[in-house]
Amino acid sequence: MMRFAVPIFAVLVLLFLVSPIFVIFPLSFSSGNILTLPTPGYSLQWYEDFFLSERWLLATKNSFVVGFATMFAATLLGTLAAFGINMAKFPGKQIIVGTLALPMVVPLIVTAASMYLAFSLVGLANSLWGLVIAHTIIASPYVVITVLASLQTFDMNLLRASLSLGAPPARAFYEIVLPMILPGVVAGAIFAFAISFDELVIAIFITSPGEFTLPRQMFAGLREFLSPTITAAAVVMVVLSFILLFITETVRRAGERTKLGKSPS
Amino acid sequence: MSRNNRISFLLIAPLLALVMAGFVLPIGYTLLKAIDNPQVTAALPRTTALLSQWDGRTVPDEGVFVAFMEDMTTSRENRTFGSMTRRLNFEENGARTLLLSARRAAPELSAPYSVSLPERVPEFGEPGIWRLIKAHSNPFTASYLLRALDLRIASSGQIVSVDDDQAIFLDLFERTFVISIWVTVFCVLLGYPTAYFISSLSDRAASYAMLFVLIPFWTSILVRTTAWFILLQREGPVNATLLGAGIVSEPVDMIFTRFAVYVAMVHVLLPFLILPLYSVMKRQRSEYLKAAASLGAPPWRQFVSIYLPMTMPGVAAGAVIVFMLSVGFYVTPALVGGLQDQMVSYYIAFFANQTINLGMVAALAFLLLLFTAISVAVTRKLVPGLGGTIKA
Repeated sequence: MMRFAVPIFAVLVLLFLVSPIFVIFPLSFSSGNILTLPTPGYSLQWYEDFFLSERWLLATKNSFVVGFATMFAATLLGTLAAFGINMAKFPGKQIIVGTLALPMVVPLIVTAASMYLAFSLVGLANSLWGLVIAHTIIASPYVVITVLASLQTFDMNLLRASLSLGAPPARAFYEIVLPMILPGVVAGAIFAFAISFDELVIAIFITSPGEFTLPRQMFAGLREFLSPTITAAAVVMVVLSFILLFITETVRRAGERTKLGKSPS
Repeated sequence: MSRNNRISFLLIAPLLALVMAGFVLPIGYTLLKAIDNPQVTAALPRTTALLSQWDGRTVPDEGVFVAFMEDMTTSRENRTFGSMTRRLNFEENGARTLLLSARRAAPELSAPYSVSLPERVPEFGEPGIWRLIKAHSNPFTASYLLRALDLRIASSGQIVSVDDDQAIFLDLFERTFVISIWVTVFCVLLGYPTAYFISSLSDRAASYAMLFVLIPFWTSILVRTTAWFILLQREGPVNATLLGAGIVSEPVDMIFTRFAVYVAMVHVLLPFLILPLYSVMKRQRSEYLKAAASLGAPPWRQFVSIYLPMTMPGVAAGAVIVFMLSVGFYVTPALVGGLQDQMVSYYIAFFANQTINLGMVAALAFLLLLFTAISVAVTRKLVPGLGGTIKA
């Protein structure tokens, strides 16, 4: 009996995990005005509402702007830091690494409230720049981790060899190091974008209605009036997550393949 | 420092500087607000200076009254009066009304004020209000931290419990703890067999099964909470199904209940448990189980004595992550829970955005940080023994 109990239980749990996400899809194509299943009929009215509404489009645009800016800043700073951590041997290195990882363990609400108070003092609250800075801080530890992981298989002798052959450091990094750790850098970049694109708690604190991001606009919509347009917005976000998941898996598999290829031992 | 170390430090420096300036400093600044107490001295500098000499037993002398009248005029001009009244009202309900009536009466009063002010606002003829001003004219205060533990400083200087209708915070911390523990327990109970099942599949099948975990993991928390919000509504699909199947005769209230909070939070956090557990289980070697079996151990014994202890590090890692994340949760309970299901985060947001009481934001943030740090430290310490408690 146990033979079947565990698989059945596990399959039910897996269905529990995905079904709420897929329930959103039929609801977003509903022709009715209230969110019930089965839907009375199908129409694209909520997508029309989403793509013709200035508020939703502005929020989507803001999310992409903040997401790409965060991705760029977090990937650049995180990769440099990971490289520095990898070759550092000075005392106190652990303290620095611990400090960089703090944004991952401090509850987001504490981070958000603190940033809101401090950013207001310097005029960064209620601005997309403030949000980019905040998102870069919470996303960069993930970049550091993924890049550090890919640096573990990198042989520092290759860098030394290229330097001893007269390559300037920047060129040695660009031509020798970067191609080998690229899967880690790309994965970190995607992570940074995804974190920024999904982030809501900080956005609640440091955005004002003209600068809402997509999650922030959904949150406002859920609290004030439950318009089915929210389901269309949710589907847009889910589709985007699928795309990011697909890219990460492709990069990860490609990375595994190159690793297998180059280490016969 | 060697050349290598100098270069590596230069590479780390930009990110370190950003984290220090944009994260460490803001949090330090916020936590300081928990003991910062500038409002009364800023609004009533002369009064508080004189009151520091006062014994607190009788009504202060005319000098204090004169200083108070002057301070009220200046604090009106530099706009410090309002935050002072809010500060004192936080300590003693009704203080704000008293101070506002004193300010309203001020233009019509004439010396000696120690007679004319109590004629208009009798409370100023008694030591109580003066003691309140004196007690909170210290630049630092413990009162926010005390209030976050349902305590306050009485005007006599003793620490006492607040009135029952204001005592909400101990309940709040207990509730946060209870909800987080149950969410963690549910995640372990649902996640363990699931991770085991996936790890027993062939590599190809396992990578498809893992998609069922990765898809929700990558989907925004808000989208998943929205889905539960819709599913659990009165007119929602779950109620429609229950009605259609004849299990209930009228819609059940599920949204804005503790039940909804548990369902949505477990759904959001379950992948954080399955992922580390799966990676531990996948690395398990079956030789030990085979050895146990060949020595005659029945399946349950193989599981309890071999498999469970070997996979315990994965359970512990996942449980710590789930517990830590749920302690700080804001969005999900705020959307699908009722007022009785809100956790500490909700009140931090409430004090920051609605009543703008920075002292309480800071005190709650400090306690939440402490709470998280202690829970993680305790769990870490318990990890070796954790296997034992679950086995028993």
